[in-house]
Amino acid sequence: MSFRTAPLAVVHDVDKSTLLTPELRAEIDRHVGKYPPEWKQSAVMPALTLVQEHNGGWLTQDLMDQVAAYLDMPEVAVYEVATFYAMYDLEPVGRHKICVCNSISCMLGGAEALLEHVEARHGVAPGETSKDGKFTLKEFECLGACRHAPVVMVDQEYHECVTRDGIDKIISKLD
Amino acid sequence: MAEQISIEIDGRTCEAAAGEMIIAVADREGIPIPRFCYHEKLSIAANCRMCLVEAEAGGRPFPKPVPACATPVAEGMKVQTRSAKALDAQRGTMEFLLINHPLDCPICDQGGECELQDVSMGYGEDVSRFSERKRVVKDEDLGPLIATDMTRCIHCTRCVRFGAEIAGVRELGATGRGEDMRIGTYVESAVAHELSGNVIDLCPVGALTSKPYRFTARAWELTSEEGIAPHDAVGSNLYLHIRGEQVMRVHPRDNEPVNETWISDRDRFSYEGLSSDTRLTEPLRKRADGTWEALDWQAALHLTADVLRGSDPDQIGWLMAPNATLEEAYLAQRLLRGLGGRHIDTRLRRQDFRGDRADPAVPWLGLPIAELERQQAVLVVGSDIRQEQPLLAHRLRKAVLDDAAVSFLNPYELALTHPARQLTAPPGRLSVRLAAVARALSASAEGAAGSLISGAQPAEAETRLAEELRAAGEQGRGLVLLGALAEADPDYTLLKELAYLVADAAGCRLGFLPVAANSVGAALAGAAPHLGPGAQALEAPGLDALAMITEPRQTYVLWGLSPELDLFDPSRAREALAGAAQVIGCSAFRTPDLEAACDILLPIAAFAETSGTFVNAEGRWQRFQGAVPPAGDARPGWKVLRVLGNILELDGFHYSSGKQVHDELAALCAQTRGGGAQVCDGGTQPDNARRGDYGLKQPLPAPDGLMRVGNVPIYAGDQTVRAAPALQHTPLAEPLALHLHPDTAAGLGLADGDAAEVAQGERHTVVPVVIDDAVAPGAARVPAAVPGSGVLGPAMGPIAVAKADASQLAATQMLGGQPA
Repeated sequence: MSFRTAPLAVVHDVDKSTLLTPELRAEIDRHVGKYPPEWKQSAVMPALTLVQEHNGGWLTQDLMDQVAAYLDMPEVAVYEVATFYAMYDLEPVGRHKICVCNSISCMLGGAEALLEHVEARHGVAPGETSKDGKFTLKEFECLGACRHAPVVMVDQEYHECVTRDGIDKIISKLD
Repeated sequence: MAEQISIEIDGRTCEAAAGEMIIAVADREGIPIPRFCYHEKLSIAANCRMCLVEAEAGGRPFPKPVPACATPVAEGMKVQTRSAKALDAQRGTMEFLLINHPLDCPICDQGGECELQDVSMGYGEDVSRFSERKRVVKDEDLGPLIATDMTRCIHCTRCVRFGAEIAGVRELGATGRGEDMRIGTYVESAVAHELSGNVIDLCPVGALTSKPYRFTARAWELTSEEGIAPHDAVGSNLYLHIRGEQVMRVHPRDNEPVNETWISDRDRFSYEGLSSDTRLTEPLRKRADGTWEALDWQAALHLTADVLRGSDPDQIGWLMAPNATLEEAYLAQRLLRGLGGRHIDTRLRRQDFRGDRADPAVPWLGLPIAELERQQAVLVVGSDIRQEQPLLAHRLRKAVLDDAAVSFLNPYELALTHPARQLTAPPGRLSVRLAAVARALSASAEGAAGSLISGAQPAEAETRLAEELRAAGEQGRGLVLLGALAEADPDYTLLKELAYLVADAAGCRLGFLPVAANSVGAALAGAAPHLGPGAQALEAPGLDALAMITEPRQTYVLWGLSPELDLFDPSRAREALAGAAQVIGCSAFRTPDLEAACDILLPIAAFAETSGTFVNAEGRWQRFQGAVPPAGDARPGWKVLRVLGNILELDGFHYSSGKQVHDELAALCAQTRGGGAQVCDGGTQPDNARRGDYGLKQPLPAPDGLMRVGNVPIYAGDQTVRAAPALQHTPLAEPLALHLHPDTAAGLGLADGDAAEVAQGERHTVVPVVIDDAVAPGAARVPAAVPGSGVLGPAMGPIAVAKADASQLAATQMLGGQPA
């Protein structure tokens, strides 16, 4: 048997024009256009990102199912992607996401200490949301900025060589 | 054929096709390479890394060990599977795989037959360097067939790939990442697929095991016997695993042209029926007060012989299950005809026998099973193929993945796992749509078919279908198939005639999907009213299966069937059997309807308990031996018939073995060339050409009301499978219900979940309503052969539906399907 060729599309029994919102569908279509037609499912990551942003930073099972239906994918294939990547959240999140890189350089550069500090000072452990709903603290897979470890991503913004004081400042500036 | 090259593995020169993977070449040469994720029938994942080997190509070694399953061979490649570097890599992989594996072999069902256990014996270390905590994974409930122990999973993803590529339903997946990765459905749902049990064989560890077999035996206590599956017409090859006198489980036996390496769940789990407490274990006679008296065999056989001898031969009706063995079918018709009788049939779920004279003597698949997947266009008329013949459905799916166009014409749309065109029409009207296809192919005919064709107006779907068939026909790769739903249709003969016209006009082959394991064999054995042994046409045919009921006989022999569930019109059958003077039941099971109908019950051996032969859809004769002794005092059916023949002093019943019976019939078949013995051993091959003209003058009048579609659900088809508890708890085991198209339901004022009274003539019952837009408008799908369906009438025929009170539904269900 050979390597896998293009996957067989799973056509869901739904009217696609009822899925998500017209704006989201247009945005997703733009990404779908980048790939050959039989590889439509390649757009699953940008699609999930768009849907997550639109839903206040997290994905529900229903939203993932809608993405699956829209891209003619089996639902479980979407769950696989959404559960694999750290940037997708499957539970409600705070207004901001603070992502502390846990990979090798950052770990050696003091990322663990940062996490412990946030837990001690703000009472929020990795994976938790602050009581006021201000932020969710996440331990994140490699952010790809090893040269300036430890790295913290706040929403879409990178902060490099972050110290304990630095992370306190970041948190205090959040609305 | 790909270019042939030569490579060297462990110093041995091997021939290989360019592009083949190293592991495939090594497997062919018998050079062992350890592996977990690689499987020759699945796509390559290369994620277990167990098959790492050292290789060099063009005189330059690869810098790192390479996975043998994902490295294509090249001319002059040299592979070392056991060099220090290769072994070191394999040991390293093994150590990683065992880090999180619980090593709970003593309490694991896979222990003793586990690929991980075997390989770790070769590559694992005695002592683990890992002292941290192992991960634990929560189990999911995958239904009544598959037990899960996901902590043991090593993430080979064979089950995931099986679902996506073979079953065509992507239900399992690998969610999470790294340490948190797990195999599951993510949303808990029972895996509902007719081939799902194959993941048990695929799983290299004890993560997915058989739930019914769980904790009942150890691999080393079992002996293995070869067997043939007794349900569908594929005749899947099996290994029966036996401890003492009990079949403990069933595994597939590889046979590429038949079942490849798969078996359906029906073949895998129906063995449970063998130890059901509904087994008939001793000969019984009904006393005058209706109670049963046990007899010894001698007395029972003499009593039976007396009944048969004392009956007017023309008054004997012999109804036989189509999964009775070839030997049983042959001896049954010899016995009956020796007495002067003529009425014997195995085509139990059919109502239209007008075509018997013109039909091919042995309606068979028309091509080898393996060729199904090489067709370019297939039209399947009247078959819920996934339920009827799971592995043939799999072959068709392979054809579709290879760009074939497959179309279905059915009374309801099927749930398929591949793209297909689906045309629907209620029973009795399928012929109209098929005539439109014939019209699009410019076919013409006389009589009923001709008038339907000339009145037909092909829509776009029919025109496109016709074009596909014609294009495929020109390549010799077109096929028209007729299935069980067509066979039960009131106008089956007309459907056949039209199917022949379509196939001829498009240059396609025509094939039949034989209903059961030995439907083809029954025709060869002459267990049919219009055929003698060797499938020779008879001048004076007897009564067919339905006529034996509608023109009641005085004496009946029921062989291997339950009259309320296995006959076309259970209500009329009940009346006919009640009116008969004597009913002899030969059965492996003791069911209430048999007890009600019969005066004598003879226990015969079930599947796995008797030797015999099944002739499958492609005409392959597969002989098998009894693997376990029959339950209680039961005896193999062919021996019962032999002794009866002797008591009745019929000539030539002194067989000393079942093989002798088989050989006698095989010689007859070779002589008549009617059926062609040993099709696949280069012998003669029957063709599916008509022997005559169907000569129908008029199509049946269009039904003016609702038509019942009494399909036979996958786990309802025969006595053994109905007695297998795990299968009956799967989502595929359908209860009795009324399935209606939303428009039909709206016209009747019915909604989903309502109670409805369904009536066929005098016979009626109350069933729940299911709204299902797969059902053709004008059709009412009420399955046959399921509990409670015995009170109804013809499986395909007019039915009246009226709204009923929900309390009636509860009352009916409490009474086990009998009307309140």
